[in-house]
Amino acid sequence: MEESKLMRAFTLLDGLVVPLDRANVDTDAIIPKQFLKSIKRSGFGPNLFDEWRYLDHGEPGQDNSGRPLNSDFVLNQPRYQGAQVLLARENFGCGSSREHAPWALEDYGMRAIIAPSFADIFYNNCFKNGLLPIVLDAAVVDQLFKETAAAEGYRLHIDLTAQTVTTPAGATFKFEVDAHRKYCLLNGLDDIGLTLQHVAEIRAYEAQRKQTAPWLFT
Amino acid sequence: MSGQTLYDKLWQSHLVHTEADGSALLYIDRHLVHEVTSPQAFEGLRLAGRKPWRAAAAVAVPDHNVPTTHRAEGIVDPVSRLQVDTLDQNCAEFGIVEFKMNDVRQGIVHVIGPEQGLTLPGMTVVCGDSHTSTHGAFGALAFGIGTSEVEHVMATQCLMTKKSKAMRVLVEGELGEGVTAKDVALAIIGAIGTAGGTGYAIEFAGSAIRGLSMEGRMTLCNMAIEAGARAGMVAVDEKTIAYVQGRPAAPTGAMWDQAVAWWHTLVSDDDAVFDREVNLAAADILPQVTWGTSPEMVVAVTGRVPDPANAPNEVKRHDWERALAYMGLAANTPIEQIVVDKVFIGSCTNSRIEDLRAAAAVIKGRKKAANVKLAMVVPGSGLVKQQAEQEGLDKLFVDAGFEWRDPGCSMCLAMNADRLEPGERCAATSNRNFEGRQGQGGRTHLVSPAMAAAAALAGHFVDVREF
Repeated sequence: MEESKLMRAFTLLDGLVVPLDRANVDTDAIIPKQFLKSIKRSGFGPNLFDEWRYLDHGEPGQDNSGRPLNSDFVLNQPRYQGAQVLLARENFGCGSSREHAPWALEDYGMRAIIAPSFADIFYNNCFKNGLLPIVLDAAVVDQLFKETAAAEGYRLHIDLTAQTVTTPAGATFKFEVDAHRKYCLLNGLDDIGLTLQHVAEIRAYEAQRKQTAPWLFT
Repeated sequence: MSGQTLYDKLWQSHLVHTEADGSALLYIDRHLVHEVTSPQAFEGLRLAGRKPWRAAAAVAVPDHNVPTTHRAEGIVDPVSRLQVDTLDQNCAEFGIVEFKMNDVRQGIVHVIGPEQGLTLPGMTVVCGDSHTSTHGAFGALAFGIGTSEVEHVMATQCLMTKKSKAMRVLVEGELGEGVTAKDVALAIIGAIGTAGGTGYAIEFAGSAIRGLSMEGRMTLCNMAIEAGARAGMVAVDEKTIAYVQGRPAAPTGAMWDQAVAWWHTLVSDDDAVFDREVNLAAADILPQVTWGTSPEMVVAVTGRVPDPANAPNEVKRHDWERALAYMGLAANTPIEQIVVDKVFIGSCTNSRIEDLRAAAAVIKGRKKAANVKLAMVVPGSGLVKQQAEQEGLDKLFVDAGFEWRDPGCSMCLAMNADRLEPGERCAATSNRNFEGRQGQGGRTHLVSPAMAAAAALAGHFVDVREF
């Protein structure tokens, strides 16, 4: 049996929350196209939300430390420094399939994202990178936005095993996650190794398929 | 028991293994690869000492970074060049067929798949690109994946995934003159919203869809992702089969007959049940123009920019206000009064030969308006370009003041040198009007090729039906 390589596991998190109050945040906004030219998997954090976060135009390979910050953008506000939980609105991560979006969020330090809904490809990509996307009711998310705004240092307690989000006041909200994805995330497993446990089934499928649809194998 | 949907049939015929929670291993027949979302996947294979499970199932092409001018001189931007060179090296190392930048078969990955017969009915097709939904036009199950999944498919020829719900969008009746597949796509997105299809695979059906050409169906399925659906699809009919026949990678002889017999079954059964049905009347669809920063922010060309005061809820009002500020538009402005600076005809949505013919037909010997700084036509592939030149379309465009470029993704996402400057307004035949998509600060309005050509001539949006 083949060993699965490890990604960062996710079990419990007590994280500072940053609210991003926009619907339909697309992956072009999360990480603009010029940074997709990188052939690496890391180093995207400084360019997360680049066009909203900085006042100038960013290019790959640039030193970001001296760039002028957009002080209106929520990620730049002092009270949200060190945030690990991104609170977002509906359809977060829509658009391009670029996995650079979760890479940038993870590299920045985010561990979980809470929204009323996520785009499918982005949602899927998060699980491959130790990032937990959590769907909660729009009314609950709305309440969390209000609580975050009202209390500086607002943190949420997230328990993947129990599938719960708990507020500082003790309100607990249950969330859904597929058993397979949960298992991989809890154990930090990437699923290539898991899939390769089914080699015999893949070969059997191919053998049968070569009979019924031989043109697919020419 | 009710009958099966097309999606059920495609899903079931590719099922390798099912987990207790419904997660499934799905076999992948065709893996399309481009330079942007693959380098980290190849690197992952290398680090783990893995080889492609079936290299012959993959085909690669550089499209996002390639320049659309002076291509023989190579890529000037060293970062773009490294990414394309890396694809070349990875394909050579892992034994994957690649159509390189100066191969006449090079083009946008979603144009060349069908063009080469690499996309066939009944296939599962994936690519590290959200617009992979395009290939569903062939009665295939096609969807975009992330880079980790690119690596997973390379290593195992399978994907671990979960079945989506099924939605059918029925468009009945006949489309009016000047109304295209692009307008149908935008009208559907306007009706259900950009998250309307989230969690669904959409089958487009009804007489108006059957009436579309294969290229029109590709345009429509291409934008399923803009409606939130990873996969869009259209059932197989005689048009599908006629389009595929004779393509370089299509089966021949006895295998062709065997394939066609199966392909004919790739339709939803009459008694199939969908989780959601959406109905549109073809006659109600007019030429569409987006006004905001999400494809659902769309109205007919005869309409006006909406007023945030009339938004259905607070979140939307907030979004509309921000979109109008970004787009530099006032509420209630008639669409036809919006002046454009640039025009882009191209992208995996609208860069095929019929798109170029439709745009050229509007030009009819006229000239681009003086206020339009740049109007560019970027064919979807080297072969589309060749075909257009044989038909003399390039001359029509050039005589009208358009630039005639080399194939690639170009200004759809501006990863190469083609981009908008801050504040510039563009009529684009592409698929996303997000903030900064065509260049930081750029303002994108999505339209059909004919509408884009008309805007280039008039200098502002016009109703192509009266042009």
